[in-house]
Amino acid sequence: MSLAFSSVSHPGPRRDAATAARLGASRKRTDRIIRSLCLAATVIGLVLLASILITLFYRGFEAMSLRVFTHITAPPGSEGGLLNAIVGSLVQSLIGTAIGTPIGMLVGTYLAEYAEDSWLGNAVRFVSDILLSAPSILIGLFVYQILVLPFGGFSGWAGIAALAIIVIPIVVRTTEDMLQLIPNTLREAVVGLGAPKWKMIVLICWRAALAGIITGILLAVARVAGETAPLLFTSLGNNAWSTDLSKPMSSLPVTIYAFAGSPFEDWISLAWAGALLITLGVLGLNILARTLLRSRI
Amino acid sequence: MSLPTETPSQTAATKSFGGMQARSEAALNNARVAIRNLDFFYGDNRALKGINLILPDRQVTGMIGPSGCGKSTLLRVLNRMYSLYPGQRATGEVMMDGENIIASSTDLNSLRAKVGMVFQKPTPFPMTIYENIAFGVRLHEKLSKAELGERIEWALTRAAIWNEVKDRMDRSALGLSGGQQQRLCIARTIAVRPEVILFDEPTSALDPISTLKIEELIDELKRDFTIAIVTHNMQQAARCADQVAFFYLGELIEVAPAAQLFTAPKHPKTQEYITGRFG
Repeated sequence: MSLAFSSVSHPGPRRDAATAARLGASRKRTDRIIRSLCLAATVIGLVLLASILITLFYRGFEAMSLRVFTHITAPPGSEGGLLNAIVGSLVQSLIGTAIGTPIGMLVGTYLAEYAEDSWLGNAVRFVSDILLSAPSILIGLFVYQILVLPFGGFSGWAGIAALAIIVIPIVVRTTEDMLQLIPNTLREAVVGLGAPKWKMIVLICWRAALAGIITGILLAVARVAGETAPLLFTSLGNNAWSTDLSKPMSSLPVTIYAFAGSPFEDWISLAWAGALLITLGVLGLNILARTLLRSRI
Repeated sequence: MSLPTETPSQTAATKSFGGMQARSEAALNNARVAIRNLDFFYGDNRALKGINLILPDRQVTGMIGPSGCGKSTLLRVLNRMYSLYPGQRATGEVMMDGENIIASSTDLNSLRAKVGMVFQKPTPFPMTIYENIAFGVRLHEKLSKAELGERIEWALTRAAIWNEVKDRMDRSALGLSGGQQQRLCIARTIAVRPEVILFDEPTSALDPISTLKIEELIDELKRDFTIAIVTHNMQQAARCADQVAFFYLGELIEVAPAAQLFTAPKHPKTQEYITGRFG
């Protein structure tokens, strides 16, 4: 056994079986400690997550009824639902995404296909990444300053603007990442046929990156659907039925925020129902996004 | 085994170029592409040094040499692919149809319609088989639906893949096998009706049977197209090419008819390479 190591001559003392055994035992001990620490951390994380989900599902399903979807929010004790909040959230998230997506896609395309390593590209990339991780309440305050104060009050449009600003950097990043995954040989093949660069981008690169970009958009919808802070300063919330975007508008997260903090039993249970709805919506979007990404070309 | 210094090999390149001139005046008159004193730079790195080479009309020119010798670089000069990348530039002359194609005034899109390229790895576009071929044609011509269909069938037939795909034209091209994808890419290139086709190691990602099919195809295509093929496979060069050019360290060491280059190379470096002593 020891001879097997000595076919190549090497400097230093020969391998010593006792030292090797001691080192081996110490390695195993370290391995056990690290493994236990990892396992313990995993258990703590899972227990916390599971208790949140179990509470949410238990309280949420308990509060769930058809009334949640058919009635609007009402004063305590008078049989209200969440219809206006659900519709308000859908309207603001979807229009916000619809406005933010094309801007984000074009910026991401600029970064991946035109700017590359130029200073402007790096500056845009840097600012976009900061925006991506900026606290969303900052974005709410910003829109409050430029849209709410000068134009005389809270409105659905202001909420949409805040959500669109959150959507942009998410879509910028996924668009750039997905376009960068496309091998240059594909670009060369398109250009080699005599295609101008814009046709290469619009007809081939976007198509090749489509599944990934849609995934990013879905994740952006999931993110803004749960945003509370930017809406508090912008669309405020509305306990009446309103689809007028120039008036304050209700939304699920803001309603949850208001109802969960109230002393009224029926409002609190509606807040749980709303929380469950958002969670299921986000879960559904995530599953859809994963499925799409897996089927990526 | 010592590497030749720059001067003698350049002389050799010039000589063999002159030799070719003398050998076949007719071939020279039939030059489809004439490369004169071509230098190429990646930034400050000179990757091609004073290349002189003729691509004779409707013949296959094979380009061989060890990795990094500049043969793929030369191919990418011929359709100005390098212009995609800042910092890459060429000086000298590449004459085609009385025009120096490396001049900045060249219209790149119409040049690339005249000089098609097939790449090492198949590059099908993420769309149907029909759309893959139609894409290139639509860039340069306005055809009726019937004319376009005819052109697509013609191109796929010439690329020897029509029988395999005619019943699934509306399916994704990504579902084809590697060898089929490569023939699809050849069909896509010839559908634009170029005059010159550049093959950059077109079979290095394929199995032997697909390789054989592509080689037969190249042989058949040279009736209509002028072909340049870069290959690491010397048997392939011997089988496909009419003339073979051997490159080493950015220089064209020797160019000769395939049979002559492989049996009686004039330059010792060529001799060493084709007998497998380096590279």
